[in-house]
Amino acid sequence: MKNVKILGSGCKRCMDTAAMAEAEAEKLGLAIELEKVTDYADIASYGIAATPGVVVDGKVVHAGGLPRPEDMARWLKD
Amino acid sequence: MTATPATRRPPSTALALAGLGLALVLWVAIYGQLQGTAYYVVSLLPLAEGSHAQEALRFFFYDVPKVLMLLTLVVFAMGVVRSFFSPDKTRALLSGRHEGLGNMLAAGLGVFTPFCSCSAVPLFVGFVSAGVPLGVTFSFLIAAPMVNEVALGLLFALLGWKVALTYLGFGLAVAIIAGWVIGQLHLEGWLEEWVRKVRSGTAVVPDETVTLMDRLQAGWTAVTDIVGRVWLWVILGIAIGALIHGYVPADALAAIMGREAWWSVPAAVLLGVPMYSNAAGIMPVVEALLGKGAALGTVLAFMMSVIALSLPEMIILRKVLSRKLIAVFVGVVASGIIAVGFLFNALFN
Repeated sequence: MKNVKILGSGCKRCMDTAAMAEAEAEKLGLAIELEKVTDYADIASYGIAATPGVVVDGKVVHAGGLPRPEDMARWLKD
Repeated sequence: MTATPATRRPPSTALALAGLGLALVLWVAIYGQLQGTAYYVVSLLPLAEGSHAQEALRFFFYDVPKVLMLLTLVVFAMGVVRSFFSPDKTRALLSGRHEGLGNMLAAGLGVFTPFCSCSAVPLFVGFVSAGVPLGVTFSFLIAAPMVNEVALGLLFALLGWKVALTYLGFGLAVAIIAGWVIGQLHLEGWLEEWVRKVRSGTAVVPDETVTLMDRLQAGWTAVTDIVGRVWLWVILGIAIGALIHGYVPADALAAIMGREAWWSVPAAVLLGVPMYSNAAGIMPVVEALLGKGAALGTVLAFMMSVIALSLPEMIILRKVLSRKLIAVFVGVVASGIIAVGFLFNALFN
C-alpha cells in the first residue's frame, strides 16, 4: 500500500489536493494511506519551497499549486 | 463512480487559441463602446443635465465595466506568464547569491513567481534553509505581494500605464533596498529557533510537462480565482468613488492630502497597515481622491502600505520571525514607502 503525504498548512489548495488524491485512488481502485502534514517544521524537512506538496512513499513528486488529476493518478500508479 | 468516457478528449490547443483570439476581438470591440453606452444609460434617467447625480452615475456605469475588463485582461496575462515560474525554480536561482545583485534578482522574480500568502512560511523556511541569504529572501517576500497583478491591473485601469509602471518601479526599489538593509544588519539570530535548526537540503521535484494549453488554463484559473474574489470590492469601491466624484468639490482635499501637507505621507502609511483584504476596493476610492486634490505620492504610499504591510501577513510571519525581526521588517519597509511618497510628491508637480 502506497503512503501518500500531502504537505500544507491547511489552505484550500492543500485540502483540494488531498481530496484529489483520495478521488484518484478510488478511481484506480488502489488503497492508499493518506497523511496530511500540517506542521511547518515537518513540511520544511522535505525541502520544498511551496505548498501544497505531494510525497509518495517518501519521495517528493510535486510542490506548489494544485496538481493535475492525471499527474496524481500517475504518481499513485507507479 | 462514473468515470469520464475514454472517447472524451481535451479541447485542442488550436481551438483554444481561436477562442482566445475571438475573446480578445470581442473585448476590444466592447471596450470601445463603454463610455458611449454608460452616457446613454444615464441619459435615460430623469436627471438634470450637469447635476451631481448625473456625474456620479456616469462615472459608475463607465468605470465598473472598464475596470473589471482591464483587470481581467491583466490577471489573465499574468497567470499565463506566471506558469513559466515556480517557487522551486526561483529558489534554485537565488540560492547562494550574493547580496546586491541577489536582492535585485529576488525582487524581480517576486513579481512573476506564483505566490500565495498561505505559502509564505514554507517558502521563507525553504529559501533560508537552502542557502538563500536572509536579505535576499526578504526582497522576494516584500516584492511578491506588493507588486501583484491586482494592484498593477487596477492602477493601469484607473490611472493609466505611467502610474502603473511607476508603482512597479518604486515597488521593486523598496523591496531591493529594504531587503539589502535587512541583510546588512545580519539578523539571522533573530529567526525563530526551529527555523535555524531546519537543515533539509532541497528536494528535486521532477519536472511536470507543461503544455501551452496548461498555460492558458493557468491564466483562466487566475481570472476565476482572483477576479472572482475581488469583483464585489471593486464595484463597492467604484460606487464610493463615484459619490466622491459627483459630490465632493474639487480641491477639497488639497489641504489634508495634497503635496503641501508633508505629514500626510507618513499618516497614509500608518493608515494603510490595518487595511488588507479591501485593497481592491480602496483603489477606486483613492483614484477619486486624486481628482479632488490629493497628491499622487501620498496615494501611492498609501497603496503600498495597504498591500505590503498587512497585519495578517505579519501574524503568519510571526511563526518564523522573532518580534524584534518583525519590528525591523516593518520599520525598514515603512521607511522605504515613506521615502517613495516624498520622492514622488517632490518629482511630479
